[in-house]
Amino acid sequence: MNDSHLSAESILQAVAGDAPRNLQRAPLEIRTLKSGALTALTWVMAVLASIPLFSVIYMLLVEGGSRLDWEALTALPPSAFEAGGGFGNAIIGTLVMVGIATLISVPIGILASVYLAILDPNSKLAQTARFLAKVLTGFPSILAGVFVYATMVVTMKSYSALAGGMALAVLMLPTVILAAEQAMMMVPKKMKDAAFGMGCTRTQVIWNVVLPTGMPGILTGVMLAVAGAAGESAPLLFTALFSNYYLSSLTEPTASLSILIFNFSGMPYDNQIELAWAASLVLVLIVLVLNVVARFVGRQKF
Amino acid sequence: MNAIAETVMLDSASTSVTNAVVMDCRIEKIFYGDFLAVRDSRVPIKKNKIIGFIGPSGCGKSTVLRSLNRMNDLIPIFRFEGKVTYHGQDIYDRKVDPVVVRRYIGMVFQQPNPFSMSIFDNVAFGLRLNRFKGDLSERVEQALRGAALWNEVKDKLKNSGLSLSGGQQQRLCIARAIATEPDMLLMDEPCSALDPIATRKVEELMLELKEKYTIAIVTHNMQQAMRVADTTAFFAVDISQGSRTGYLVEMGATRQIFEQPQQQLTREYVRGEFS
Ligand SMILES: Nc1ncnc2c1ncn2[C@@H]1O[C@H](COP(=O)(O)OP(=O)(O)O)[C@@H](O)[C@H]1O
Ligand SMILES: [Mg+2]
Repeated sequence: MNDSHLSAESILQAVAGDAPRNLQRAPLEIRTLKSGALTALTWVMAVLASIPLFSVIYMLLVEGGSRLDWEALTALPPSAFEAGGGFGNAIIGTLVMVGIATLISVPIGILASVYLAILDPNSKLAQTARFLAKVLTGFPSILAGVFVYATMVVTMKSYSALAGGMALAVLMLPTVILAAEQAMMMVPKKMKDAAFGMGCTRTQVIWNVVLPTGMPGILTGVMLAVAGAAGESAPLLFTALFSNYYLSSLTEPTASLSILIFNFSGMPYDNQIELAWAASLVLVLIVLVLNVVARFVGRQKF
Repeated sequence: MNAIAETVMLDSASTSVTNAVVMDCRIEKIFYGDFLAVRDSRVPIKKNKIIGFIGPSGCGKSTVLRSLNRMNDLIPIFRFEGKVTYHGQDIYDRKVDPVVVRRYIGMVFQQPNPFSMSIFDNVAFGLRLNRFKGDLSERVEQALRGAALWNEVKDKLKNSGLSLSGGQQQRLCIARAIATEPDMLLMDEPCSALDPIATRKVEELMLELKEKYTIAIVTHNMQQAMRVADTTAFFAVDISQGSRTGYLVEMGATRQIFEQPQQQLTREYVRGEFS
C-alpha cells in the first residue's frame, strides 16, 4: 500500500516538474478519427464473418427443427411416396463408421507422433512423414474414398462400414498426427529431464510423463478430427454407399447421415426434403457437441 | 546397492574426522563435441556431507554435477573421460546402466520441475516406477515431511503440483527425489529461482537431509555455500589455451576455502574480485 502511495506521489511530482500539457481527449483529431474508423471496420467484418454460420444454424433450426422428433431419430428412411419415417439407421451408421475410423487412426496417429515428436524428430523418415501429413490435411476427401474403393471395396467385393471407416481413418490420421505431435512437443524439456533424473527409461518418460502431460492437447486434436470425419460424405459414397436398413454386419453397405442428406435433398418429395433438413440438424449437433467437448478437454490443464 | 563394496577412505587434511568417500570423481576430460568443457579435476565426495561447487558461470559446475549421475548422457555430443567411482564401481563402466545409476543418485534442478499431476502422484512417481510394494501414502507423507512441505499441502494432496508456489514446487521436487530414498542428491542451483524466504527453507532442509543423504550442490551464491556446505570445491575457467575450459582450482573444508584459500585465484574469487 505504502509503495503505491509513494509512486503516485512521485508521478505527480514528475508531471508537476514538466510543463503542464493538455491531457483532454481530442475527438476530432485525424489520429483519433482514423483509429475509430479502423475499429469500426474490423467490427463490421467480424459481424459479416459470423453471418454465414449463424444463418446456417438458423435455417437448420427452422427447417429441421420442426421435423426433429422421436420418429425421425429412430425410424427407417421412407420410400418415395411414403409419409413419416426417419433416419435412425443413418445415425447409427455414422457413429459406427466414425468409431471405426477413430479406433484405426488414433493409435496409429499417436504412436507415429511419438516418433515425430520425441524419438527421432530430425530424421529423414520423420521429416518426410511430417511433410506428407501436412499435405494430406489438404487432401481432397473424395480421393480417400477412391483409394479405399480401389483397395478394400474391390477386394472384398462389397461396400461396407469397414471400408467407410477406413476411408474416414485416412482423412483423420494427418490431423491426429500433427495435433498430437504439437501437444507432445509442448511438454517442457525440464519435465522430461525430471523424469530421466528419476531413473526413467525413454519408454517410461514417454509413457508416464509426455503422454499424460500432452493428453489434453492430443484429445483436442482427436475430437476435431472426429468432428471433421462425421460430416464427410464424399469418401463414403465409394466405400459405405447407403442402406435402407439398420446395420447388421460391418461388411455390408451402411447408411450415414451425410449420404442420406445428399440423397434426400435432391428428391422432389417434401417428406424427404424435410427429413434431409432434420438430419442436417442432427449432424451439426453431433459435430457441435464434439467441438465443445474438444474445447473442454483441451482446457483442462492440470 | 546392498553390496556396498569397498568404500574408499580418503585422508583428509582439513578435518579431524575422516569420512567414507561415497563417490570419487576423477575427471580427465569432458567434451561437448570438440569443445573441452572441463579437464583434470578430482572431486572426492564424503558420505553424509554437503559438498558445494562454486565458481564463475561457464566453468563447468553443472557439467561436473550432471556427470555424477550420467544425466549428461542425454546430450548426444557429451563425452566423458575419466572415472567416477561410486561405492567402488565406475559408473562410466560399459556394463553400467545409466538408468539404474539415476535411481540411486537423485537430482534436483535449477528450475522447479514438478510433473503436471497431483502433489501425491508427483511424490509417488519414483516409488511406482520402482514398483514399491509397501504403503504408498505412508511413504509419500514421510517424503513430504522430509521436504518440510507436509503441513502446507496435507489437505490438498490431490491438487496439481503446478498449483504450488515456486518455493513449494522446489520442495515438492526434493520430496519427489527423496521418496525413493536415494543414496545421493545432486542439486544444481536449487534456490536460484526462489525468493530469500523459500531459499532459507530449502537450505535448512538440506542441513536436515544430510543426516541421511550425501548431497552435492552447485551454487552461484557464496553465502549459501558458507551456510550449507561442509566441503567446497572451487572451479574456474582456464582461457590460456584459447578455449574456455573449466577445472578444479581448489577444494577443501568450506571454512578453509573462504578464510585461508591456498590459491591466489580462490582468494580473489571469494573476496568477490571477479565472478
Ligand atoms: N549441452 C551443451 N552443449 C554444448 N556445450 C555445453 C552444453 N552444456 C554446457 N556447455 C558448455 O560447457 C561449459 C560449462 O557449462 P556449465 O557446466 O553449464 O557451466 P556452469 O554450470 O558452471 O555455469 C560452458 O562453456 C557451456 O557453454
Ligand atoms: Mg550451471
